[in-house]
Amino acid sequence: MTDASINPAVPKRHGSLMSADARTAKRNAAEKRFQMYGMAAIGAGLFFLVVLIGAILSSGIGAFQQTFITVPVYLDEAKLDKKGNRDPAEMAKVSTFGYNPLIQKAVLAAVEEAGIETPLKKSKNMKALLSASAAAQVRDVVLANPDMVGQTVEFRMLASSRVDGYLKGRVQREDVARDKNIDAEHLDLTDALREAGIVSKGFNAGFIFGADASESRPEQAGLGVSMLGSFFMMIVVLVLSLPIGVAASIYLEEFAPQNRWTDLIEVNIANLAAVPSIVFGILGLAVFIQFAHLPQSAPLVGGLVLTLMTLPTIIISTRASLKAVPPSIRDAALGIGASKMQATFHHVLPLAMPGILTGTIIGLAQALGETAPLLLIGMVGYIATNVPDGIAAGFLSPNSAMPAQIYEWAKRADPAYYERAWGGIIILLVFLLTMNLIAIILRRRFERRW
Amino acid sequence: MPLLWLIVIVLVIAAAGYVLGRSRALSSAGGEIRGMHSLPSYYGSNAMMKSVVPAFLLLVVWLIAQPIWINMSVSGMIPESEVAEGSNLGLVMSEVRRTADGIDAATAEGLMTQTVANGSDPAAVTAALKDAGKIVTNELTAPILAAAQEWRAEQKNGTLFMTIAVIAIAVLGLLWGLKEAHADFRARNTVERGIKAILIAAASIAILTTIGIVLSLIFNTIEFFSLYPASEFFTLLEWAPSFSGRGGASALGILPLLWGTLYISIVALLVAVPIGLFAAVYLSEYAGPKTRAFAKPLLEVLAGIPTIVYGLFALLTIGPILLTVFGDEGTGWMQGQRAVMTAGIAMGIMLIPFVSSLSDDIINAVPQAMRDGSYGLGATKSETIKQVILPAALPGIVGAVLLAASRAIGETMIVVLGAGAAARLSLNPFEAMTTVTAKIVSQLTGDSDFASPEALVAFALGMSLFILTLGLNVLALYIVRKYREQYD
Repeated sequence: MTDASINPAVPKRHGSLMSADARTAKRNAAEKRFQMYGMAAIGAGLFFLVVLIGAILSSGIGAFQQTFITVPVYLDEAKLDKKGNRDPAEMAKVSTFGYNPLIQKAVLAAVEEAGIETPLKKSKNMKALLSASAAAQVRDVVLANPDMVGQTVEFRMLASSRVDGYLKGRVQREDVARDKNIDAEHLDLTDALREAGIVSKGFNAGFIFGADASESRPEQAGLGVSMLGSFFMMIVVLVLSLPIGVAASIYLEEFAPQNRWTDLIEVNIANLAAVPSIVFGILGLAVFIQFAHLPQSAPLVGGLVLTLMTLPTIIISTRASLKAVPPSIRDAALGIGASKMQATFHHVLPLAMPGILTGTIIGLAQALGETAPLLLIGMVGYIATNVPDGIAAGFLSPNSAMPAQIYEWAKRADPAYYERAWGGIIILLVFLLTMNLIAIILRRRFERRW
Repeated sequence: MPLLWLIVIVLVIAAAGYVLGRSRALSSAGGEIRGMHSLPSYYGSNAMMKSVVPAFLLLVVWLIAQPIWINMSVSGMIPESEVAEGSNLGLVMSEVRRTADGIDAATAEGLMTQTVANGSDPAAVTAALKDAGKIVTNELTAPILAAAQEWRAEQKNGTLFMTIAVIAIAVLGLLWGLKEAHADFRARNTVERGIKAILIAAASIAILTTIGIVLSLIFNTIEFFSLYPASEFFTLLEWAPSFSGRGGASALGILPLLWGTLYISIVALLVAVPIGLFAAVYLSEYAGPKTRAFAKPLLEVLAGIPTIVYGLFALLTIGPILLTVFGDEGTGWMQGQRAVMTAGIAMGIMLIPFVSSLSDDIINAVPQAMRDGSYGLGATKSETIKQVILPAALPGIVGAVLLAASRAIGETMIVVLGAGAAARLSLNPFEAMTTVTAKIVSQLTGDSDFASPEALVAFALGMSLFILTLGLNVLALYIVRKYREQYD
């Protein structure tokens, strides 16, 4: 006899066991509710992911398309080569201002030929349709092939960013009233030219491979040069962080005695992994630029800062994969007469290599997407237009990096640059996705379970 | 590029050392490997290591020490009168250095003749530098030019001596290694000791980095506090740096920035902690293996997305959505796209996987016996979670939340793009505020002059940030570690 059965305070259960009483029903409902909260939380997380990816894709895809105007341009000898001797050095004296009227005339001629009714009768009115870069484009082609002068050559030129935005739906007719760059007549003309096939949208290779452009020419801006900057930075990170990280991990995992120095190193690595990335930027600014006088904005400095930042990540993952190699491998090597160093370098390290590479790739991916430290060492705030000439210049001459370039675009006032920024993010994410896929494949293929 | 050539020369010497050391040791044993103490390659490696390591160490030390040494000897040449009002010796020295580099670069490109470059006529050199497109801030004066010429001369000598010294050290090391290359020499032990020293040096880079961070923050912070009173920095309720005049006019109080940082972090945690925690509970207690294999990696994708993406997402997606709901057409609380909520929500989304995967690990670490005991008493699953598992995991979860808070406080790109630039002490979460990290970026970008308090304040802000996040991390790790002891 327990106390419970004679305690009158506990209500005796009446009715069937099969039907839940009020309290059980309440408890079951609470259980259901709790489970729903969990599912809602997962749902919210996945919802945010979908919204994020959706926003990136819907806003960024447009950057891979660009509007072009294709017209035959008569390259007037009287304007471009007054002496008529086709000498590129002398023709170079004609600046882009000399080319602009020819191009605008060519567009007007195309408009008239297509029989389009428009109040814009002057060739100067065509300026708003064309990118400011069109003249430079034509000039470059002419200077490269002086024989073209005097002929009529078909050119595929960038349309202005407003025309491009109109075709993509970014520029609405209602907004045009306040816009000094373009007006409703131009939009009518654009519609007509589109029907005539003169204005068309095409794949935008310039966005992926081209250089950045000034603030007023979003249609010309590309990610190519900053991609090179990122590439050189990643080389620095890989060359420094892989050997240093592996050496440090081997020491800590295989050789380090249990003493104060080892403890100090371990505590430092754990703390560095959690230091905000901007603090590494301050370190880079103070040590590499202020103290060591390395060139500002150089991918070399960016690479050094990112190396220090990714080292803890690489050390932590390398140690984990060294730890995963079973002790019997070491014992067997030692047993047949290998020294401790030989056992580590000939047996443990090769077996841990897939895991180390996986960790390194993930560390590199993290470094590739990092922006904040790069802001402090000056990899923003100017226009990365020049492709570095040569490998030394690639490391030492000022450049931008992909995420820094995206930030730069996001700061600019023209909404056309927002599309570029989203497009840049797509490219950046494609790189990160590829790196992570390589890491996953490496892990799947080569990782051994003991 | 002479430095590159120097490195190549040292490497060539080292490679020669490997080949010679190996063959010398082998021939001393009469070509019989069994007569040697170590494998032949170890004798080669010994000679290689002895030529490369000391030479490169000397090179690095020299490269660091030479500019400091020259700076000290040249700065004595600058008379007091050259240091203008409001300037200091450091600024004058950097001009000297710029001039020296400019002359070197211009002569190297052939834009400046040797006679002009080595002359002592300030006007001629200034004109030549400007023609060559090198940056000269203003007219050079005679003492500065003399100092610059002295700088060039010392640099030239220094580089020459360095080349000689490094090559000499490499050759000496090579000879030492070759002398040792004898069959009886314990080459393997020597090489392994050397490798171990290299490994220790690599591991110590973590300590060097921390020292570098602390020193670079401390020196500049001390310099800042010598220009600006520390009491105002910590107590002033206003942040208004002036860029026209130097010092005095600026009000640089950290409190508004700290408030913005904390407010945004709190919003972020309010988003991330409930979602992350419930997701972790669901994934570890309710979800079947299939759901888990599907949902967990997808959630972790959020953690792999760079912060610049979240920044743009905040500015261009979250901001406009909030503005339509809470802006002038909605409730009228919000003025612009940039606000505490804009940045806070984006940051919260970023932190969801961080909270969920940390909590997941902690919940999984609670022993199964505790669950079984609770089920045995008739508790439902949710009662077990609420009354047994979560209390047991609470210290770990608190640790995870603290780590997430430290991430939120140190986050830069989201707040730079999403939070705004004006420092405000306000309770309205739909107002733009700014944070410590955002101000570090804005005070330090595009300005290479580190002498004004407006630029140096960034280091004091960085120091505060470093201490704050470090404190949170240490606290979190301490809580997690203390809790873990209970079950092990």
